[in-house]
Amino acid sequence: MATIGQTMENKPSPAKRAIAWILRIGLAILIPVIAFFFLYQGFLFLRAGNAPKVVIAVVAIVWGVGGVAILYYLFNKLVEALSPDWTARLQPFVFVGPAVAMLIWFLALPALRTFYISLFGRNGPPALPVTMVFTNPSEYFTALAAQYVGFSNYVAVFTDRLMLSALRNNILFWIGIATPLTVIAGLLVAVLADRSKFERVAKSLIFMPMAISFVGAGVIWNFMYEVSPASTQQIGLLNAVVVAFGGQPHGWTNYTAIAPWNNLFLVIIVVWLQTGYAMVLFSAAIKGIPEEIIEASRVDGATEIQVFFRIMIPYILGTIITVTTTIIIFTLKVFDVVWVMTGGQFGTDVIATQFYRQSFINRNSGYGSAIAIVLLVAVIPVMIYNLRQLRQQETFR
Amino acid sequence: MKSASGQKLTRSLLVNGILLVIVLCWLVPVLGIFVSSFRQRFDIQTTPWWNVLPHRGWVMTKTINPREIGLDANGPMTLEGVTATFEEMRAGVEDGDTRLVWIGNRRIGKIEIQKKAWVTSAALTLDNYQQVIQGKNIRITHADGTVQNVRGDDFSGALLNSLTVSIPSTIIPILIAAFAAYGFAWMNFPGRRFWFILVVALLVVPLQIALVPVLRDFAGLDLNGTFLGIWMAHTGFGIPLATYLLFNYISTLPRETLEAAFIDGASHFTIFTKLILPLSVPALASFAIFQFLWVWNDYLVALIILGPDPNVRVVTMKLASIVGDRGQDWHLLTAGAFVSMLIPLVVFFSLQRYFVRGMMAGSIKG
Repeated sequence: MATIGQTMENKPSPAKRAIAWILRIGLAILIPVIAFFFLYQGFLFLRAGNAPKVVIAVVAIVWGVGGVAILYYLFNKLVEALSPDWTARLQPFVFVGPAVAMLIWFLALPALRTFYISLFGRNGPPALPVTMVFTNPSEYFTALAAQYVGFSNYVAVFTDRLMLSALRNNILFWIGIATPLTVIAGLLVAVLADRSKFERVAKSLIFMPMAISFVGAGVIWNFMYEVSPASTQQIGLLNAVVVAFGGQPHGWTNYTAIAPWNNLFLVIIVVWLQTGYAMVLFSAAIKGIPEEIIEASRVDGATEIQVFFRIMIPYILGTIITVTTTIIIFTLKVFDVVWVMTGGQFGTDVIATQFYRQSFINRNSGYGSAIAIVLLVAVIPVMIYNLRQLRQQETFR
Repeated sequence: MKSASGQKLTRSLLVNGILLVIVLCWLVPVLGIFVSSFRQRFDIQTTPWWNVLPHRGWVMTKTINPREIGLDANGPMTLEGVTATFEEMRAGVEDGDTRLVWIGNRRIGKIEIQKKAWVTSAALTLDNYQQVIQGKNIRITHADGTVQNVRGDDFSGALLNSLTVSIPSTIIPILIAAFAAYGFAWMNFPGRRFWFILVVALLVVPLQIALVPVLRDFAGLDLNGTFLGIWMAHTGFGIPLATYLLFNYISTLPRETLEAAFIDGASHFTIFTKLILPLSVPALASFAIFQFLWVWNDYLVALIILGPDPNVRVVTMKLASIVGDRGQDWHLLTAGAFVSMLIPLVVFFSLQRYFVRGMMAGSIKG
């Protein structure tokens, strides 16, 4: 795809090209930096005064959003004031630069830095000024070597008992059980709703948990699983049902006698939260199946079950794969639900809770970072798949 | 064709029946906390929330002073055709539709005669919401008439914090990403392909990977515990998806429109603000809802960047802290959970169409 607004550039001199690059990179970095200082000063000002909270909130919102917008406007004016040649060279970097700079600062570089930190012990690499590499290299590298542990954090990730149980939970319960359950439930609801007069209401209600925070869902389900002493009335619905059928009330998520199957009670929560997502995508896919195909097969005497398995499933296979992948990525990172419900106790730890505990509670940044890298490696296949899809797309040749 | 229509009817009943059961399963957990949030503290802790529905329960019909009718508490007593000892009556003796309960001690206690009847325990109150929302001390009058002064949980402050975090964390990334999406779609510059590949590659990167380094940078910049810090973090984490979604939309806008504007001498900036942004409202709205719900419901990033300072706590942190400290205070938890869900639910139900569209356009987020 060719872009518009291209100037007829006839081979600029190397010096000109070098200047252009310096200016481009400068622009990309300068805009966020100025935005930052502008906003930061505003915050210092706000913090110093003791205005009511509402005023601070409104000013902060206007200040934050307006500040960024004005900055784009000003920089664009600046670039447009140059000669058309230079405008064409620099303007794209006013548009794209800030986004790329933020990406690099908040995602790309951190990935590399986290990997670097993961090669060191508890406190990470020593906090020495980088300039020491030149002024006093021997001391710098001695300090570095003292903290360096190589890949032993990774060895720990795959041998530590707690971490192994977290990996098992992620693979067996979250990927192995939660994901297929969500996909099946979503598919079931989508198919049923498609044939019902109450489609809109039903879909809206099943979809609703998507708007609820994981912490909120934690409260909701804690209440469902609430256990009262056996002699009194159960106020939690699940225990009330169990007792009505003659069973014993339990705390379910902390019921270690059935460990590791108490994880299932956390899985239920995520299935409840995510089914709506799967349903919406499946529903759209099912509506895309040409009516004639299904009608024709019915005329030929196919039963509903046959129609479902022989026609619908193959037709929406692409969507099933997309939904499954998205939910796998989601369940790999599952954190809030587990943290709020059990804090990772009772054998319910997952990779993300272990990451949080090691990085921010035990303050073992080397080990925590190694866990984060394991998470990253786990999503790399999806990343590669996405990039392949991009290459096949017409729009970006 | 009678059998065919009959078959159709059974099928429709079956479909709607199963659907109804599933919908109820999805709805009942929310209904439970919704109903409970209006019940009094003591009621929530002693009786299940579905007792607000009519059910068979014991209702006191008469109180009898056993000494007046000559009953001796030291031996078996006969009343209403039931014979029981004091100890048995203390625990409650049932006989069909009648129950006898001894209230008080052996010497001066009374016997209550209870009958089974349809009852509802519908003593509803807004006290829980008052206590959860307000920040100052409030007076709560209990069912037994005692008055208690309690400290409010200040969810109103947390709601304000959540708004202060969520609104800029939604608009700033959209603004930055919209500029970038336009740049990628309609401008020519060296490295265009490379940077876009980076955007797509970072779509699925888990944000856990960034937390430790970002926290270190923020510590150096004195940004931990500030709104500015969390805006920047959410902006950084949200930009890949925002850019990708908006690019997909903006790059499919009709080429002729843009070329015509360009030939008329409009600059890129003018085309972007006057033409592209208005045309992209559906895509912008989709992402805005997506990001707003995501930021509002976020717990991990807030926990790490905003930290322990109670002044900047957002609703999810507030709720989680009650779960941790006072997990049995269901009157507060249920009301608090509902307060925290109110704004997302309103946004969700009023703009569901846009939300669904955004989700379908690209649903993999890091």
